[in-house]
Amino acid sequence: MANIKPRVRIPRKAKAGEVVEIKSLIEHKMETGQRKGKDGNKIPRKIINRFECKFEGDLVFASDWHPAISANPYLAFHMRAEKTGEFEFKWIEDGGAEYVKKAKMTVS
Amino acid sequence: MTETQLTLSRRQALKGASAFALTLVAAGFLAPGAHADAAAVDAAIKKLVKGTPEEGKIKMDLPQIAENGNTVPVAFEVESPMSKDDYVKTVHLFAEGNPSPEVASFYFTPQSGMARASTRMRMAGTQNVVVVAEMSNGKVYMAKQQVKVTIGGCGG
Repeated sequence: MANIKPRVRIPRKAKAGEVVEIKSLIEHKMETGQRKGKDGNKIPRKIINRFECKFEGDLVFASDWHPAISANPYLAFHMRAEKTGEFEFKWIEDGGAEYVKKAKMTVS
Repeated sequence: MTETQLTLSRRQALKGASAFALTLVAAGFLAPGAHADAAAVDAAIKKLVKGTPEEGKIKMDLPQIAENGNTVPVAFEVESPMSKDDYVKTVHLFAEGNPSPEVASFYFTPQSGMARASTRMRMAGTQNVVVVAEMSNGKVYMAKQQVKVTIGGCGG
C-alpha cells in the first residue's frame, strides 16, 4: 500500500463568496475485477469506491465510484469559500481502508 | 555457437509467454454478454433515480474521439443557482457499453457553488455516456453523448 499517495490542489487564499476549484488525485490501480492474471483467474476487484470532501467538519462534496473510473482517479469540483478553515479529503478503498489528506485555506 | 542458440531460445520463450498473456487479455475482453447496453443503463437509472428525466440543463464536456479507452476525460455542468432551496443534489454518470452501466455518482451541496465536476473514466469501446442530474426540488434531467473509442480500456 506504500504506493497509494493522495494529492490535492486548492487555492491557499480566497475571497469570501468566491467559488474555488479543488483538484484531487490518488495514485491507485483501481483493479476492476474484470482482468485475468497470468494463471487465468480473475484478479479480485480493488478500487477506491468513495471520495469525501469535508470543510471544517461539514460534508461539502462526495462521490461514489465504480470500476469504470480510471486508474489514478482524478476529480475536480468546486466549493464556495465563506470562511477560513481546513479541508479533509478522504478516499475509501474496497475493504474499508481510508486515505486522508488535509489542507488549509484562508478566506478574506 | 551453443551460447547463441541459448539466447535465441530464451528470446523465443519470452515471445511465447507474452503472446500467451495477450491471448488471455483478449479472451477476457471479448467475453460474450459482458457488456451493458442502453436498456441496462435505463434499468440502472430507474434503480437510482425517482421520476422521469427531462432534457436540458446539463452541459457535457467529452471528447468526440478518444484514442485511449483507459482514461477518457469526462466533465459536466448542471445549470443551477446552487442556493439553499434550489440546488443540484446528485449527478450520476453511466456508460452504455461497459461491463456494468454505473460509472460514478456525485453528491453536491449548496456549499458547492456550482454543479460541475470532471474526472477520467474507462471505456470498453465506442458508446454513449449518459449524465442524469437530480435537483433538490425533485426534477430530473438527462443528457447523452457518444464517444468514439479507438482502443478499448477494458482488458488493460
